[in-house]
Amino acid sequence: MIPPSDRRRFLTRAAATLGLLPLAGCDELSARPWLTRLLASAERLTHWAQRDLLPHRALAREYSEADVSLVFKANGSTNPRDPDYRRLAEGNFVDWRLDIRGLVETPLRLSLDQLRAMPSRTQITRHDCVEGWSCIGKWTGVPLAALLAQAGMRPQARYAVFHCADTLEEGEDRYYESVGLDDATHPQTILAYELNGAPLPIAHGAPLRVRIERQLGYKSAKYLMAIELVDSLAGFGAGKGGFWEDRGYEWYAGI
Amino acid sequence: MPSSSRRIWILRHSRVVRLTHWVNVVCLAVLLMSGLQIFNAHPALYWGLASDFARPLVVLPPFPGWATLPGEQWLAMGRRWHFFFAWLLVGNGAVYLVSGFVSGHFRRDLLPSGAQWRAIGHTVWDHLRLRFPTGDEARHYNILQKLAYLVVIFALLPAIVLAGMTMSPQLDSLVPQLLDLFGGRQSARTVHFVCAAALLGFVGIHVAMVVLSGLWNNIRSMITGRYALDEVGGNEEGDDDDSAQ
Repeated sequence: MIPPSDRRRFLTRAAATLGLLPLAGCDELSARPWLTRLLASAERLTHWAQRDLLPHRALAREYSEADVSLVFKANGSTNPRDPDYRRLAEGNFVDWRLDIRGLVETPLRLSLDQLRAMPSRTQITRHDCVEGWSCIGKWTGVPLAALLAQAGMRPQARYAVFHCADTLEEGEDRYYESVGLDDATHPQTILAYELNGAPLPIAHGAPLRVRIERQLGYKSAKYLMAIELVDSLAGFGAGKGGFWEDRGYEWYAGI
Repeated sequence: MPSSSRRIWILRHSRVVRLTHWVNVVCLAVLLMSGLQIFNAHPALYWGLASDFARPLVVLPPFPGWATLPGEQWLAMGRRWHFFFAWLLVGNGAVYLVSGFVSGHFRRDLLPSGAQWRAIGHTVWDHLRLRFPTGDEARHYNILQKLAYLVVIFALLPAIVLAGMTMSPQLDSLVPQLLDLFGGRQSARTVHFVCAAALLGFVGIHVAMVVLSGLWNNIRSMITGRYALDEVGGNEEGDDDDSAQ
């Protein structure tokens, strides 16, 4: 065989050097819109693989009482300062109401007592924070599917948007979240008013939070004020479907 | 070099091996650095179903910016990098595995021979003295190389992918056996981290061996496929194989 020419040797070395270059430029690349879009395309692939390719009504694992975490870490807002919320909290949430509105036949307006009087579901599940930690807690609440059935979903409805009472940082938008109807009507998606057998503490979203058990913690919005069925997420916040989504996190937080 | 030796060229690596190798290099580098970025969001490890904050396995100081992707604290972007390249790693690995089985690469090149097993002590001793096979013996991977590659291909990489998948709450609902396999999500997160450290250790040794046993010959062979061997010439010189350099 022919020994490599100088040109070939030069090409070999150039290729070896070039192989190291992209890494040095990754930070700069992170700021390029085309690249963020390319990287974000993996989210669609993940959503397709996890929700369309595989059957998607499976339940998240439920644990036993013995597995319940001694300390359930509270994240995000833990004590909202919003004046409206403070007023409701001082009145022990007697004046609080949950609105269910948007693409429904009959909008609902429910008090905490009315929600507590409805058939409930209790589940011991794992809460996975996007930061990496997990806690196990026992949640009791009303299945969202039952409330949506009562309100009557219009055929155009595609998403459920959760409007919250808290502002995470001064001057920012109120927290909000959204899920598709597959999650909204999933049997483990409940509006929880109890954690570990006691009324939901303020740190965990009193008086009511949603549990989205097959996605990361930021989807399980706290301090619920209203649930709105919509056909598009474009009109809310920056249009990405949630407070953290507007700040670059995945809307589909199944991983 | 004895004047009797003759340089010949062999095709060391197939096109698929070369291509998947370099894609893997990029994937592992990005996955490690973006993984450290993600780890920095909560730099502690636990064992079991959940995080017992009073009893972590280990709490580490955050990794410095030069080791993370992006360099600043930016969890959302770290996750974007990580999951894109995780898909690429899995796709690349699938191509490599299918091709490796179909082409016979694993059986032919990675399965240690009986003779290699019998001489393993000798090979270890040679490696400790940094004496690498030459001539005909260098046509094949030595047994330590084969075992290292087999562990990476069939143990470390599958384990790190499965442990990563176990951290997905959606996949846990679809394949709850993943949780049982690792003993819980937080155990899986720890296994994921340990596998990453083990892979980093492998890469360190691998690169050191590449440098010590002929940097450009090795790199060239992984790019063009061609590997130079110095073969001993005719018998009239009286050289035996062992003395060939």
